[in-house]
Amino acid sequence: MKVLAAMSGGVDSAVAAARAVEEGHEVVGVHLALSRMPGTLRTGSRGCCTIEDSMDAQRAANKLGIPFYVWDFSERFKLDVVDDFIAEYQAGRTPNPCMRCNERIKFAALLEKGLALGFDAVCTGHYASITSDQDGNLELHRSLAMAKDQSYVLGVLTQEQLAHSMFPLGATASKDLVRKEATERGLSVANKPDSYDICFIPEGDTRDWLKEFVSSEPGQIVDTEGQVVGEHDGLVGFTIGQRKGLNLGRPAKDGRPRYVLEIRPKTKEVVVGPEAALEITELAGARFSWCGKAPENSTDFFDCEVQVRAHGDAVAAQAAVVDSELVIRLVEPLYGVAPGQTAVLYLGTRVLGQTTIDRTVSAVVSNV
Amino acid sequence: MRVFLDHASTTTLRPEAKASLISALELTGNPSSVHSSGQITRALVEDARDQVAKAAGCNRSEVVFTSGGTEANNQAIKGLYWSSQRPVIISSALEHHAVIDPILWLAEHQGAQVHWLQSNRAGELDLIELAEVLEKNQGKVSFISLMLANNETGVITDIRAVTDLASKYQVPVHCDAVAAFGNMPIDFASSGVATMAVSGHKVGAPIGVGALLVRRDLTLSPLVHGGTQERSLRSGTLSYSMISSFGAAAEAAVRDLVERESRLKALRDDLEARVLAAIPEAIVTVAGSTRLPHNAHFLFPGAQSDNLLFLLDQAGISASAGSACTAGVLAPSHVLIGMGIAPELADCSIRVSLGHDTKPSDIDAFVEAIASSYPVAVREGANQKAI
Repeated sequence: MKVLAAMSGGVDSAVAAARAVEEGHEVVGVHLALSRMPGTLRTGSRGCCTIEDSMDAQRAANKLGIPFYVWDFSERFKLDVVDDFIAEYQAGRTPNPCMRCNERIKFAALLEKGLALGFDAVCTGHYASITSDQDGNLELHRSLAMAKDQSYVLGVLTQEQLAHSMFPLGATASKDLVRKEATERGLSVANKPDSYDICFIPEGDTRDWLKEFVSSEPGQIVDTEGQVVGEHDGLVGFTIGQRKGLNLGRPAKDGRPRYVLEIRPKTKEVVVGPEAALEITELAGARFSWCGKAPENSTDFFDCEVQVRAHGDAVAAQAAVVDSELVIRLVEPLYGVAPGQTAVLYLGTRVLGQTTIDRTVSAVVSNV
Repeated sequence: MRVFLDHASTTTLRPEAKASLISALELTGNPSSVHSSGQITRALVEDARDQVAKAAGCNRSEVVFTSGGTEANNQAIKGLYWSSQRPVIISSALEHHAVIDPILWLAEHQGAQVHWLQSNRAGELDLIELAEVLEKNQGKVSFISLMLANNETGVITDIRAVTDLASKYQVPVHCDAVAAFGNMPIDFASSGVATMAVSGHKVGAPIGVGALLVRRDLTLSPLVHGGTQERSLRSGTLSYSMISSFGAAAEAAVRDLVERESRLKALRDDLEARVLAAIPEAIVTVAGSTRLPHNAHFLFPGAQSDNLLFLLDQAGISASAGSACTAGVLAPSHVLIGMGIAPELADCSIRVSLGHDTKPSDIDAFVEAIASSYPVAVREGANQKAI
């Protein structure tokens, strides 16, 4: 196959590309320029689009003896990922930009470009596995290295996208093994630190970064009955489930701590209430997709597990499509789930599909 | 076997340059030393100075060796500005970054006022505008900096017309001749320019050597201070092996210039005609302009440069978009934008530049590759818009 290896400049994508080469594929390395300021140097462990990362990717490609190019997706990235991220926060939701990047950039814009230019697949360093059932339907599974599993952020992939994706690291038991292999292969990125957080927020402080884009007008803090219990300097400082830093003058009637339950951008209100109100029993979203083959009778509730954070655990649930919405009922409640987050459905290790959460239902109060 | 059609970025090492380099590397001796070892390497430097002087039509003492074209341009621009005590700089938006950036630096850090001359769609400057700017700023213009030939499009500036105008106002002219040197006849003495930048690797020497030609009667402030080599303008131990190689390459380039010009022009014209026949949408960017014979510059509507370059590279062909590159990302060319070409179209440029070792079969390979790459790149471009 003609394979396009997306190389971030990190150790995972370098080893993934190396394995694709070893399997006999015709591999070309590409580094995606996503930042608007590609000339900048790396600060700390964050970011994947500095000139140093581009050079690291190039050095790895040189070592593997494959051609290497930098492709500019900065415009698309700004529109589809950064602007979306800001808009979601402005709407009071909590987005996952890595998910959006996979959905719109790596396995859409990049894959489309690769296919148009004569490639068969995109290879990345994600920790996840693609298998097929006896009928040849492709399935996405968790990686063997559970601690590094990235199947959650790939939950947006469709059958068609899976057909053109390669994740050579899925069957590796740990990241240490990947680093060891990189050392053995003489790749200079073998001991490069992992990147954390959001690549386009170089300082790592999302709240601080958002201040430039999201209104910081003061507003009121209200309880679930609409009673004003305090004031705030701007919505950007708040997150669902937050307890500290509310600076509420009066204690609650029951004397128990209060938590952020909801953020209402239109009225600039922050809603607070008891911990019990954070117990979410149902999630739902209209923007859903199936990862591989759709479940049969998806309009009937079926047993599955759901994961709502990249590094969270999956919990037992039942899901069904009801009135064009994917509705997920939780067997045990989850705490502090915010609209905008992605709920990924699993069956064992297999990813079934995902939805961006539009609304959550709690036993005490409903957030729409 | 790869087909190299990017000779404007750097060209093949000439055999004469390689031989000079290798034999010079056998020697030991600082050319500034008094002893015989130093005298032997000094002789190589001075032989090269004669060769470069002859190639550029200047006096041997007007040749100041540098590390390359960028340094030569920086020395001229900053040196002229610092020694003139006048605030206004006149240049063009079509210049190379090695000229634009030092001028912008002077504007940002030292209060220079810059007037960027306009150019037309053919890449030609407006000399009436130049005359007006000179008239309006009498006694205030530090220098004019204009290139002899454009590195992207190959369009040649009538530098004599510029110096004629400038001399009326006693304004010195710096000329960036990096793209032109070795590809067209140059006569520094009769050109009227005060300083001229040339580069070794564009004429078949290794990368890392060049020269600034500085008129004998001109005083410039130096960029680099030290051991007072090269008229005190360029201190630093003379790289006799590189300089010797540069001299040999310059001599060879001028020796075969007439023959090469006509041979490459014929190949270039054939290339352009065949590309237009294969891709009727293609545009020869500056078809009617006076331009360098080895340069073919195209616009391929709907096909982005990066896609075309990728496909050409995969087909074994090295070409260029001609524009600047930051971390490997192509930006639309400031030269094409400066000529009034819309950014979407400027994004679709390809520069094919031939060299002394280009063969007819290289042209065949390019025509075949671009004909098959163009529709793929157009489809890809349409795809990206549709997503």
